[in-house]
Amino acid sequence: MNDDATQPIVRMQALNKHFGDLHVLKDIDLEIVPGEVVVVIGASGSGKSTLIRCINGLEEYQLGKLEVDGSQLLPFGKSNRALQRIRTEVGMVFQQFNLFPHLSVVENITLAPMKVRGWSRADALETANRLLERVGITDQAHKYPAQLSGGQQQRVALARALAMEPRLMLFDEPTSALDPEMIGEVLDAMRELAKEGMTMVIVTHEMGFAREVADRVIFIHQGEITEQGEPESLFDNPQHERTQSFLSRVLTH
Amino acid sequence: MEITFQFDWAAAFGSIPHLLPGVPWTLLISFGGLAIGFFIGILFGLLRISPLRWLRWPAIVYVEVFRGTPILVQVLFIFYGLPQLLGSPINALTAGIAAIAVNSGAYISEIVRGGVQSIERGQREASLSLGLSRSQAFRYVIWPQAFRRMIPPLGNQGIISIKDTSLFSVIGVGELVRQGQIYIATTFTALEVYFMVALMYLVITWTLSILLRQLERRGLAGQ
Repeated sequence: MNDDATQPIVRMQALNKHFGDLHVLKDIDLEIVPGEVVVVIGASGSGKSTLIRCINGLEEYQLGKLEVDGSQLLPFGKSNRALQRIRTEVGMVFQQFNLFPHLSVVENITLAPMKVRGWSRADALETANRLLERVGITDQAHKYPAQLSGGQQQRVALARALAMEPRLMLFDEPTSALDPEMIGEVLDAMRELAKEGMTMVIVTHEMGFAREVADRVIFIHQGEITEQGEPESLFDNPQHERTQSFLSRVLTH
Repeated sequence: MEITFQFDWAAAFGSIPHLLPGVPWTLLISFGGLAIGFFIGILFGLLRISPLRWLRWPAIVYVEVFRGTPILVQVLFIFYGLPQLLGSPINALTAGIAAIAVNSGAYISEIVRGGVQSIERGQREASLSLGLSRSQAFRYVIWPQAFRRMIPPLGNQGIISIKDTSLFSVIGVGELVRQGQIYIATTFTALEVYFMVALMYLVITWTLSILLRQLERRGLAGQ
């Protein structure tokens, strides 16, 4: 556990990842401090999802250094114990929600706190109900995921991750699988979370949202951090030619 | 005009008391073998998807051998062949149960493998991202979903194995077909008796189908 607020919660040094012959991440240096909201943008296939999936070890890397919440994550996935500890402190929301379809909404949320944190059912239920209210899902606790809309499912997935009381939240294109009318409700819940001071790393194509909530925006191109900075400077005055062409493509339609 | 179709209903119904003693043997061999086959299937099915090669290949060999050879040959091998190796005879009931167990076990391994592999990768990733260990992810998330998907093919395999026990008349175990053969030897009413034998298999397999359909419905209720 690392309680010093000035110490980075994520520290990547010259991180490299290959998928076979494909060099997906190239010498990534990245530090994220507690309370920071970082938005990662880039074209599909640029490596932005892979980057955040390295942070909780869903992807292994081959070269470099990675420290999350004070624990070293070794290359080639060779740090099982640290890995599980890190995962209990790092929550993740996925593009496809990945709710557990055989469990009710409330069971989805209480599973990990009870099995991993060892909470009593009563404590876990209390937390679940509080979180469901917070993400605006009421009277649905005993429904199954398939009975909810996509937007509701994603908000349940957010509540499920928050139930572990994570110190860092990762979002992997959380609104990309949603119908347009449901994107707002998920972004609202995330905005709320950012306001409360959660450390967040968000991969998204929602540029308006990025501009509004991000402390820092990172642009990734072909596995490299091409440019990063405060949203105003990166969106309004991109320095790099690749950033300019990417932004002109996503912002003009 | 003379009616050439001659089906003697009295002979058919009369055979029932002589066939019924075969039913418990058929059920015992089927369900005894399937129960063991289920455990074999889970074990080898899971070995088959192990990340470790030296655990995987015995499972592959097992499945290929017992799925790739006829069950009749398997039971003959167990009943007549194995005793020569062991130096002591194996009774027909044990041989029958063993044959169903190893044979259905091979198919059930594949059902288990297919069921587990059919669960989307995101389920495992979500579980791990919440801090669950790999075994917790399997136990609480992957397996319950996989098992639901396995119910229809498992039912299918159960029905196949019940019918396979009819082959074991060749080793003299007193199941349904064997009882029919014995009775026909004295009455020569093959048409009626085999009709009743077929009907009895149908009653058993149909009952199983109905039970499975209910199980499936209950299992899917949550989804």
